[in-house]
Amino acid sequence: MTGVFVGMPGESVAYGTGNLQGSRSFPEAAGVALRDAQLRSNLSRATATIRAKRAAAVAELPDWERLREAASAIKTDAMSRLPELLEQLEAAVRARGGNVHWARDAVEANRIVTDLVVAKGARSVVKVKSMATQEIGLNESLLAAGIEPTETDLAELIVQLGHDFPSHIVVPAIHRNRAEIRELFVREIPGAPIGLSDEPRELAMTARAHLRELFLTARVAVSGANFAVAETGTVGVVESEGNGRMCLTLPETLITVMGIEKVLPSWRDLEVFLQVLPRSATGERMNPYTSMWRGVSPGDGPTEFHLVLLDNGRTATLADPAGRAALHCIRCSACLNVCPVYERTGGNAYGSIYPGPIGAILSPQLTGVRNKHDPNASLPFASTLCGACYDVCPVKIDIPTILVHLRARSVDAGRRRPDSEALAFRVMAWVMSSPGRFSRAERLLRLARIFSRGGRIRRLPGPGAAWTMSRDLAAPPKETFREWWTRHGRPVR
Amino acid sequence: MRVGLFATCLADAMFPGVLQATTTVIERLGHEVVLPQGQTCCGQMHINTGYAEQARVLIEHHATTFESALQSCDVIVAPSGSCVASVRHQHIAATAQLPALAARVREVAAHTFEFSEFLVDVLGVVDVGAYFPHRVTYHPTCHSLRMLRVGDKPVQLLRAVGGIDLVELPDAQVCCGFGGTFAVKNNEVSTAMLADKMANVLATKAEVCATGDASCLMHIGGGLSRLRVGVRTLHLAEVLACTRDGGHTR
Repeated sequence: MTGVFVGMPGESVAYGTGNLQGSRSFPEAAGVALRDAQLRSNLSRATATIRAKRAAAVAELPDWERLREAASAIKTDAMSRLPELLEQLEAAVRARGGNVHWARDAVEANRIVTDLVVAKGARSVVKVKSMATQEIGLNESLLAAGIEPTETDLAELIVQLGHDFPSHIVVPAIHRNRAEIRELFVREIPGAPIGLSDEPRELAMTARAHLRELFLTARVAVSGANFAVAETGTVGVVESEGNGRMCLTLPETLITVMGIEKVLPSWRDLEVFLQVLPRSATGERMNPYTSMWRGVSPGDGPTEFHLVLLDNGRTATLADPAGRAALHCIRCSACLNVCPVYERTGGNAYGSIYPGPIGAILSPQLTGVRNKHDPNASLPFASTLCGACYDVCPVKIDIPTILVHLRARSVDAGRRRPDSEALAFRVMAWVMSSPGRFSRAERLLRLARIFSRGGRIRRLPGPGAAWTMSRDLAAPPKETFREWWTRHGRPVR
Repeated sequence: MRVGLFATCLADAMFPGVLQATTTVIERLGHEVVLPQGQTCCGQMHINTGYAEQARVLIEHHATTFESALQSCDVIVAPSGSCVASVRHQHIAATAQLPALAARVREVAAHTFEFSEFLVDVLGVVDVGAYFPHRVTYHPTCHSLRMLRVGDKPVQLLRAVGGIDLVELPDAQVCCGFGGTFAVKNNEVSTAMLADKMANVLATKAEVCATGDASCLMHIGGGLSRLRVGVRTLHLAEVLACTRDGGHTR
């Protein structure tokens, strides 16, 4: 990568690569998504369901706010001594017979995993649902090496069979309804029953039959991790279906790819995260399957374990004190489910596999933003700053404040070559820093009355056209409030 | 009590009726309203669009204006959740590295109240003697709800209005899609959010959609006007200013 990176000194910082950026800006991609009526109805139904479940699950806990405080404090502490904790984790995993690899970016991580699979002589792998491997594009990399990956999480399998892109962190096929899934299974799963209906149970049984054989024959599994405990070397995955548990226990070799920010200092920290994560993610008191392991245990589970620690822009993110809290994210998706923008556009409009409010602050920090034309430069602006995300975040990431901070970073990057917007904002600040200039500007604004009919402006030229595309604008009144006030001789100070 | 009115740039230039109504209600309750001179804009739009450097000039100007107003006023009141939230939260965050300015900003912030907060919390009044015989629904603004935590104070005030037929707005707490420059930069998503907000307003069969911020008023009002559905938008203050003897006319 070359170029000047926003807010970052020099070019020695390693930014993230992989599926963290789309090819179009958010407004462009969102425009397309908004026209998909099926997507809109699927999303609004699904997010409303999860929102209600989460709200009920959280309302049950009298100490919810204290749990959020605790989760936030643990993450802040972990991020403040990340190098030390990662080395402690590495030593603990090695002590229990595991192997640890360090990957600077997606390319390195893919090479490490692919080489390991090739060395085992395996032609296929089974996969546990994992954001880290989606982030680095591991499936594409394995396929290029002639290795067939199979996603075993039902929703992730639906995405894979549809040659699709995940649109949500926890429920990646949220943009599909069951009729669409039925069609996909009939087309893509060999031996799918003739006359398959779109009943969820029938669909699940079809996927189950398809996956069972793979679980029993696979020699290598690949997973992500929800957390790793530095103190004990424990790695953990939480899931709902049990397919993850099969991958984690049946094959001889297990390779786990984990973002470095997932490390927790101590075993007792899990008490907090195992409470806040399922309630925030799926609205369950407890997720059905929690798998935890330390290295390898002879006679039980995989005989070979590899932990790949992935940076891919996380160190760069950590370097910005005002933005680094994005690394506290535990991928629960509560912010996606309450976001009115996400609910209308879906995840694919964000370009990155991390969509929604958290994606809008995480993706641009991981990839770095070179200039305002980078697709990820548009992400911090993909929010009304309504604050719904911050209210539900179980680790209390102040997403609106970080969005504003990243907007400022991108404005600063363009400081030397201001565009028309930057000039307009400079002029406005100059006008508004003087009461006299402000009054004169208000009188000038009144000229807009020439566009009005019946007190309403229905069409504006220039940038105002984006407003009047769908909204009228009340015509500026003949008299400002202050003029009215003065005319009536009312008290001033 | 002497109240310094923080007019806000948007209401001053575009919605003078909102400020007249705010004044009417406060005076009717027996308090004095003055208009501190020299006020312009709190800088919220600059902050939210990323122009932090320019915003600092406006923050300092705001602090200077209202600091001097506080020498003779007891409180500062604005009929806007987002402008008050900017003063109370963003101004403090933006001046964290500038201790001298931060102290002045904190002093102003501590005395600045949103209209419904001022009535319910400071004056302890819920019934302001208003009469408004219309079917009304209320859109609680995002920043009033989630930055200022005003909760149901605006609705408490509306419930006490004589003759009112107050109906609950479905999905009331969801943003209307304004978001400052978002409405222009992401005009299509903004419009999609507005469409759902308007559908909910129409489902209530209300004649009036009231809200607590000129910006939401401009957005929802602009959308409803485009649809020619004949639903009016009014600020909470404009509803509360109306009395049985026609005490307030815009």
